[in-house]
Amino acid sequence: MKHKKAKKYGMVIDLDKCTGCGSCMVACMAENNVPFRKDESNKLLSITWMRVYKLTNGKPFPNTDICYLPRPCMHCEGQHEGHSPCVTVCPAIATDYNIETGIVSQIYTRCFGCRYCMASCPYHARYFNWWDPVWPDGMEKYLSPNVSPRMRGVVEKCSFCFHKYQLAKEKAFMKGRRELKEDEYQTACTQACPADAITFGDLNNPNHAVYRMAKPDPKHHGRPTNPHAFRLLERLGTNPKVYYLSSREWVRRAGDNYLENESIAKKPAHHE
Amino acid sequence: MKIDRRSFLSFLIGGGAGTALSPLPWKLMDDSSIWTQMWPWTPVPEDGEASYVNSACTLCPGGCGITVRKIDDRAVKIEGMKGHPVNNGGLCILGLSGLQLLYGPTRVKTPLKRVGKRGQGSWEKISWKDAISEVAKILSDLRSTGQSHTVGCISDSDRGTVPRLFERFLTVYGSPNLMRTSSIIDSYELTLHLMQGVQASPGFDFENADFILSFGSGIIDGWGSPVRMFRANSAWRNTGGKIIQIEPRLSNTAAKSDKWIPANPGTEAALALGIAHVIIKESLYDAEFVDNYSAGFEDWKRFVLDKYGPDSVATITGIDNTTIIALARSFARASKPLAICGRGQGTTPGSLDECTTVHALNALVGNINKQGGIFAVAEPDYINWPEVEMDATAAIGMQKDRLDGAGSKKYPFSRYLLNRLPQAINSGEKYPLKALFVGDANPLYTMSDSKAVKKAFDKVPFVVSFSSYMNETAQNADLILPNHAYLERYEDIPTPPGMPKPVISLTRPVVEPQLNTKHTGDIIILLAKAMGGNIADAFAWNSYDACLKETLGNKWQVMIKKGFWSYPDFFVQTHEESFDTISGKFEFVSKETGSLKQFKPVNIEGDKTNYPLLLMPYDSIRLANGVIGNPPFVMKSVDDTVLKGNNVFIEINPKTAGEQGLREGQLAMLSTPVGKAKVKVHLFDGIMPGLVALPRGLGHTAFDDYLAGKGINFNELIGPVEDPVSGLDTAWGIRVKLAKV
Ligand code: SF4
Ligand code: SF4
Ligand code: SF4
Repeated sequence: MKHKKAKKYGMVIDLDKCTGCGSCMVACMAENNVPFRKDESNKLLSITWMRVYKLTNGKPFPNTDICYLPRPCMHCEGQHEGHSPCVTVCPAIATDYNIETGIVSQIYTRCFGCRYCMASCPYHARYFNWWDPVWPDGMEKYLSPNVSPRMRGVVEKCSFCFHKYQLAKEKAFMKGRRELKEDEYQTACTQACPADAITFGDLNNPNHAVYRMAKPDPKHHGRPTNPHAFRLLERLGTNPKVYYLSSREWVRRAGDNYLENESIAKKPAHHE
Repeated sequence: MKIDRRSFLSFLIGGGAGTALSPLPWKLMDDSSIWTQMWPWTPVPEDGEASYVNSACTLCPGGCGITVRKIDDRAVKIEGMKGHPVNNGGLCILGLSGLQLLYGPTRVKTPLKRVGKRGQGSWEKISWKDAISEVAKILSDLRSTGQSHTVGCISDSDRGTVPRLFERFLTVYGSPNLMRTSSIIDSYELTLHLMQGVQASPGFDFENADFILSFGSGIIDGWGSPVRMFRANSAWRNTGGKIIQIEPRLSNTAAKSDKWIPANPGTEAALALGIAHVIIKESLYDAEFVDNYSAGFEDWKRFVLDKYGPDSVATITGIDNTTIIALARSFARASKPLAICGRGQGTTPGSLDECTTVHALNALVGNINKQGGIFAVAEPDYINWPEVEMDATAAIGMQKDRLDGAGSKKYPFSRYLLNRLPQAINSGEKYPLKALFVGDANPLYTMSDSKAVKKAFDKVPFVVSFSSYMNETAQNADLILPNHAYLERYEDIPTPPGMPKPVISLTRPVVEPQLNTKHTGDIIILLAKAMGGNIADAFAWNSYDACLKETLGNKWQVMIKKGFWSYPDFFVQTHEESFDTISGKFEFVSKETGSLKQFKPVNIEGDKTNYPLLLMPYDSIRLANGVIGNPPFVMKSVDDTVLKGNNVFIEINPKTAGEQGLREGQLAMLSTPVGKAKVKVHLFDGIMPGLVALPRGLGHTAFDDYLAGKGINFNELIGPVEDPVSGLDTAWGIRVKLAKV
């Protein structure tokens, strides 16, 4: 039997299409049994595996511009496969890099809440449960059996809806297939986005839309070769598997904290 | 989880046995144990058989198709329905949170009768039988004393079987006072009536348009059918379609548009006239359409050429004349241009002048009833019930003037003027309202000048709410007859606002009714039967479901299968047959209303000296501001520059804030001629200096602890301003003063 190449699941988010509507945030909460509290306005305590950030270009009226940027976990590959910032610091091996899929897992039962991973994640994608989750009486009826509710004292984050991968694999397996088709494994945020701004798939598969959109360069740790594409904080070398597209240069610059007069390396200057 | 590991294991091995032996099942099992481990002190969701039910969302008028995932008899997730003509798989943030409403603490669990003072929150349970006979008794007493017309009903929609049952009930009972929550649709319906002579709703063919000139419409902020608009917006990104957004604040729509043009607030109609001026002057209009199918063009042309040159329009709107000229040219030269209006989500009707002028732009470029243009969409005629037999009492009652003045000598063209109801009740000028039914609506929250609305409600001796949720109106009712939640009932969802082709979706029970609720349709039927006589005769159905099934006829089976019905034979009328005006043509100047009036800015409340700034609302898709308030998940998505703790932020330009001595994050007292509120300051470069913006959708007093008490309801700060022709609310803002506290 031919050994299939490992998958590298990733995401491309088109910021020109993203409207900042927040559907991805809520689809994720609903899919993954994310808890909520009476006051969610302290965003340091508010658990949002997917969070939509609002960027502004900082220019005065009427030259102001805004752009929304949805931020799931980046599932960083690191400089060598599996050297994600969080995985390398976890003393409990509670967060792990899955070589088969490229997904960075979080194993709640192993996590003892030291929060080293939170400190090392440059994307603030990780959240700590300061309280046990509480659902108003009766509301626990909507909880999904596919994702375990978390407890006080553990860290949680976006899993690329890993349970959906498992379910899809099971289904395919029942049909006698080992390979998943592109549409068989799609994350909840991707499916819910009413603007079709999120695309999900295997970055190693040239037939998948994510590959065609990001055009990752395997020689440079998957750096995008599409001039409109960028990754957050590219210069840190975390090699995220989430790519962004934007036709606006100020947005691309904001994505890597460029200084005002610095030119973006190795990318053609673009309009706007 | 009752995960029975052994059966899970055998399921996989059983599956594996038929195919080649592979390590995969073992790997999967391992993953599954890693990812789904449980602790005894957090809830353990029970596993079971997964299934999917197609239905439709009713949380806004958007009419999206949904697919609900179930585990045994529990609904666990709402997703967008693939292949649905409105949303094809996508869903908005509110629709995705629907299960928090279904299973949430805001549901009214059983019929309730008020015991304490109104609004105090003391209720006693009442049986359905007693509740219905109590309503029947009050209605019979009013009717037998010749006061049938003093019964009113408020509903968000007048389409579909449930609103039509209300209407039927009032007709045969003898009251003309059915009122619909107002919106930009009122202005559009009136515009289509006056300029095209038709009774229809506007249908915008966005999918085929390539140049959208939006006079403040929040295309991606919840205007029209929200998910459809998101999809259209993305399609324009692929096809190169352009959006020009005209509004004084950088909304999400403005930020995503190809060009944002901030015009002085309230001067949009003048800008439309300026654009018309350039198009006419440079002969860029569609002469084919204008010459053959329009009337009154010469008069209108003279008026526009005389008064609305780019220079004078530049002075009014604050947009420079070269921009106006360029805009007019690109609009007229686009292959499928489309001009639209209705600020933000279109919750206020706005001035009729503005709507007719914007519509005239569409006529100038000849895109009326044409692909990529605007259609007059008649209501699908699937509701064909036998005429009701009215007795003398009903006939007399129906002939009474409407309390809101719609159809009166003053406002002959309007059908509903809910905005005028509070004033009509409070002034007592006509007759009192003795009983009020509130269907799917929440007027105590959504109507402007909350204080006056509350005062008016207090004067109505008997208020019945049919709400599934404890909203502001239910809270202040005398009797609550809770409807099933939308995921527990059948109902037809008529064409959403702005769709160019009629489509009816079917809401259907995803789960059994969880509480002691009753379908509003059934309540109306039971009530009619309790009243007896002609009224009972008009409601011969055994149940609402029977009524719906019979009404939909052969569509029923299709809708059960597909979830919706679209009209395959919907065809577009030719220009010869589509105008039913006095002239038989499209009328640039309506022969019914007559003369042309110069552009006059809407007179907003407040004087400049005491209230130096302007306050405007803004709409966000993350803040539900209609009949439903934000569920907890949606609250989570609200930015901390919009709400922090219980404080809402106003947006203000840093320059203006500086002049007022205000800094980021500071508390300030905001006062308008209508109300006062404490707010926090958020500096935002994207808002025109001199303006203050406050989001709609906060400041609830009802619903749950996740929503109530947070922020301010914009309607507490603004009152309605009547349009001179339509009587609809034209207020887009109000003058305001800000002071440090
Ligand atoms: S759902 Fe899509 S459009 Fe909405 S915020 Fe998320 S990515 Fe953006
Ligand atoms: S991929 Fe899944 S877990 Fe990650 S943000 Fe999207 S919905 Fe949430
Ligand atoms: S847009 Fe309206 S109908 Fe569609 S999902 Fe959202 S609330 Fe429901």
